Amino acid sequence: MSKFHTMTAARIAAGLRKREFSSLEVTRWFLDRIASLDGQLNSFITVTPEQALAAAKAADARIADGGAVTALTGVPYAHKDIFCTKGVRTSCGSRMLENFIAPYDATVTRNFQDAGMVMLGKTNMDEFAMGSSNETSYFGPVHNPWDLQRVPGGSSGGSAAAVAARIAPMATGTDTGGSIRQPAALCGITGIKPTYGAVSRFGMIAFASSLDQGGPMTVTAEDAALMLNVMAGNDPRDSTSVEREKEDYTRLLGEPLHGLKVGLPKEFFGSEGLDPKVGDAVHAAAAELVRLGASLVEVSLPNSRLSIPAYYVVAPAECSSNLSRYDGVRFGYRCKDPKDLMDLFCRSRGEGFGAEVKRRIMIGTYALSAGYYDAYYLQALKVRRLIRNDFDAAFGQCDVILGPTSPTTAFRIGEKTDDPVTMYLSDIYTIAVNLAGLPGMSVPCGFADGLPVGLQIIGRHFDEARMLNVAHQYQQASDWHARLPAQFA
Amino acid sequence: MSLSRRDVEKIAHLARLQITEEQIPGFATQLSNILAFVEQMNSARTDGVEPMAHPFDTPTRMREDVVTETNERELMQSIAPAVEAGLYLVPKVIE
Repeated sequence: MSKFHTMTAARIAAGLRKREFSSLEVTRWFLDRIASLDGQLNSFITVTPEQALAAAKAADARIADGGAVTALTGVPYAHKDIFCTKGVRTSCGSRMLENFIAPYDATVTRNFQDAGMVMLGKTNMDEFAMGSSNETSYFGPVHNPWDLQRVPGGSSGGSAAAVAARIAPMATGTDTGGSIRQPAALCGITGIKPTYGAVSRFGMIAFASSLDQGGPMTVTAEDAALMLNVMAGNDPRDSTSVEREKEDYTRLLGEPLHGLKVGLPKEFFGSEGLDPKVGDAVHAAAAELVRLGASLVEVSLPNSRLSIPAYYVVAPAECSSNLSRYDGVRFGYRCKDPKDLMDLFCRSRGEGFGAEVKRRIMIGTYALSAGYYDAYYLQALKVRRLIRNDFDAAFGQCDVILGPTSPTTAFRIGEKTDDPVTMYLSDIYTIAVNLAGLPGMSVPCGFADGLPVGLQIIGRHFDEARMLNVAHQYQQASDWHARLPAQFA
Repeated sequence: MSLSRRDVEKIAHLARLQITEEQIPGFATQLSNILAFVEQMNSARTDGVEPMAHPFDTPTRMREDVVTETNERELMQSIAPAVEAGLYLVPKVIE
């Protein structure tokens, strides 16, 4: 029996098409790994073995038929518990949705089914996607496979840990302020947040509607491109889904990097919060790109220091609106014996939501309230445009922007939970990208004291194919992405 | 901006969030810290800058006013806390 967890999704898919092995064998392999190893990680909230085996059998039949087989037919994946999956619990990491059996599939979920992929289960995450460490989950923290005392990052911590430990060959994440890229960096895997509007948000539980984007979390850039091909595309059911021709995100992977201009924002490297070893690993990666034919240019993003303050007004404001639907009336958690309507609302929400979610709802409510709207929300939207203008100017001088994904490597569980603002500063490099609606990805570029370091690649709108090209070429010349922790090997 | 107990109670009420007596001081401190932090934005010169609510300033997409969805009330209500005769049940609203 092959050790399927040592194969990339692309390799598994090729093997399935050549009938070297079956989807059933591969799926059983990963279900066994989840059963024996996930106890240490807590990366899954719900494992779906019966559905997985049924989907695997259907995929094998489809492949045997020689019919409509896609690039990833029969390949298993783990699905962040923020995507609605019909008939399967969709908790969003919250007590509020602990018993919510989604009555419909998210478009992204439907896309995976149509492609004949096999869902292994729903992964753990920060509650309602609010967090940078997967410590706010109602279902307990996720542990980083590289050091079980440390966080995997968040909010897509479960997906990141599952892929890093190779108990799933690929997984989905969502990214509002860094929630795909930062856990990818802290866990040593590849993750991409597409351009806003590239991936449908229908059925993807909303946190901040102008910032949320779903995307792949994988071992390699090639796998991410293959997965993005399945996830992306216009969806009439999402009014913010862009109307564009469907594209093949793998089409530029093999291109050499000669002539590529890489921008390094000076503001990203001067800050005191940046661990010097992280900075060194990123500079080494930039040097590798130069060896591959790229040239470096210094750029400036002068308003980047305002991105966290702006985000922590915009995102909470949008979340306060989005989470007002959780009222104990139509679905989700309802408190016991409500004495009147106000009690029903206040206690269902008070008991159903955790502390971080409550904080963000309250900040958002305050920022949007009469008398404060101009000073906070409107100001934040103006700052947002300044940040976006900075990127536009920088992309006048380069093709992609490079920087660290996270200022530090994985921190200890409990280390930053006392002060919310300390936790917010983990997002310093990722947040501006969401505010501007740009695509961003993280790839492994080294280690600092035994913990993974992530390299962030930021592209122009809809330039994911080129970013994946840069990442893929880098991964042909380096092997950081192929490392995994010894105990999960 | 420093928030008082009264401010926190008012915000929690607007957001329909029950918080306990014991929790109020903690939230007041944390929310005040967050607001102090976001006030860094005030240093930005934003006169004449257009607010950006959407990354591409795209106006809302329109479609034909035709029925495209089927009524799936039974399915959608199968997960409700309390329903009767196709209606969601809540505590009495009007005395």
